[in-house]
Amino acid sequence: MAADYTASDFRKGLRVELDGIPYLISEFNFVKPGKGAAIYTCRLKSLLDGNTYVRNFRSNDTLKKPDLEERTMRYSHKENEDFIFMDENFEQFTLNEKVLGDNQYFLFEDCEVHVLYHNGRPVDVTLPTFIEKVVLETEPGARGNTATNTLKPAKINGGFEIMVPLFINQGDTIKIDTRTGEYSDRVLKK
Amino acid sequence: MRSAHLECARLQGLKPALELRSRILSSIRDWFSGEGFIEVETPVRIPTPALELHIDAEPSGDAFLRTSPELHMKRLLAAGYGRIFQLGPCFRKGERGTLHNPEYTMLEWYRANADYLDIMADTESLLTFVSDSLGTAAHRDGSPFLKVPLMMPFMRTTIEELYLKHAGWNPVEAYDAERFEHDLIARVEPALPRDTPVFVMDYPAQAAALSRRKPGREAVAERFELYINGVEIANAFSELTDPVEQRQRFETWARERKARGAAVYPLDEEFLSALELGMPPAGGIAMGIDRLIMVLAGAKSLDAVMAFRE
Repeated sequence: MAADYTASDFRKGLRVELDGIPYLISEFNFVKPGKGAAIYTCRLKSLLDGNTYVRNFRSNDTLKKPDLEERTMRYSHKENEDFIFMDENFEQFTLNEKVLGDNQYFLFEDCEVHVLYHNGRPVDVTLPTFIEKVVLETEPGARGNTATNTLKPAKINGGFEIMVPLFINQGDTIKIDTRTGEYSDRVLKK
Repeated sequence: MRSAHLECARLQGLKPALELRSRILSSIRDWFSGEGFIEVETPVRIPTPALELHIDAEPSGDAFLRTSPELHMKRLLAAGYGRIFQLGPCFRKGERGTLHNPEYTMLEWYRANADYLDIMADTESLLTFVSDSLGTAAHRDGSPFLKVPLMMPFMRTTIEELYLKHAGWNPVEAYDAERFEHDLIARVEPALPRDTPVFVMDYPAQAAALSRRKPGREAVAERFELYINGVEIANAFSELTDPVEQRQRFETWARERKARGAAVYPLDEEFLSALELGMPPAGGIAMGIDRLIMVLAGAKSLDAVMAFRE
């Protein structure tokens, strides 16, 4: 029997199970009016279909820990709308855009990913924490401007946009944190 | 860990809000000094926290971090300090959200020989003073802040009036804690006006916390909450000074906490002894300063006014 979580364990990013469906707590808020009891408001994102809904819990409510299994595989190629992966035994796996989310823009050939399975179904994908991408398009930063407080948009493959410091130029290679989808560092200046 | 660049950009972006925060804090101190209050500091790390049904304290070694400075400040009141205020950190375990942070800044003040109506008048005077003092600076700097104008008089209403109008029942006549809290969030708070601060007064005696019952109407507690822009900013009482009733309330909460599986803290006997020796009638209030700054800044989350969030 999987262990339970009580409401005070609930956090953004926690995976829980409700009515047999695994969810990610994608947003979390805490409400406590006056001298009253706490209410934990969670946006639950289904790990099966990506749909979300909001639900309130009280301090004594519990949720199950879902039975999840992780498999390691490598990205091979894209076929139409599908992303094709292979494990070490060259067995082929297919993941769709919905399961990958923004991670689809961070994939590269032979990229190792961890795929989360719930009762044998792929439900979520984790990439290496940091990946490198070339900036395909961004406004040139003003020469000599080393300001640290301003960010500008930059496009990587697939037209995906992230915010980068002003000194980043088109053609530079940058490091991206796949957990947040945020810029992390410059690794190569063009 | 985030990129140092992103973290630096976040902190630099907070500069106008942190400057506003600093101006509000000094303006608050100016008002208290003008009213003849003295600023006091009581321990942050204490042997036992004030017992309340729904507030959990953070343990700190063999002691606790205070959830409020209330009991120590009342010991000063009992010793004859008639006008005292304190600005400092308080800690509440597990309270984390857009309007909560486990560590936050609380303003508390107490007036001897006064009641909650005197504290209400103080609150109006303090907040309009703070707002006026910022107004000039805000206009001069072209600041985008101060979305909520604070003008006297603030609106006054009672819990009974609000529940009868928006929830269709009277919690003073037939109290039901679960229904009361549910309707507060679902019906009453959303209906509060946004164009003026509101004093919500006269809570059911079952929700009195540390307030006294209204002389001549025991079913009502002399307690008010201040709301600005629909956000709860402060909670005030005509303080309970009766040591017997105070002990009974602590014991009731301790029993209920135990039944719910919550931590039970020992009673603060030093506070109770001070009450037995005699505390003058007094009014007091606790105000969440981070939230006050947030509403004055026209922000929706504490993220906008606290440099470092837990």
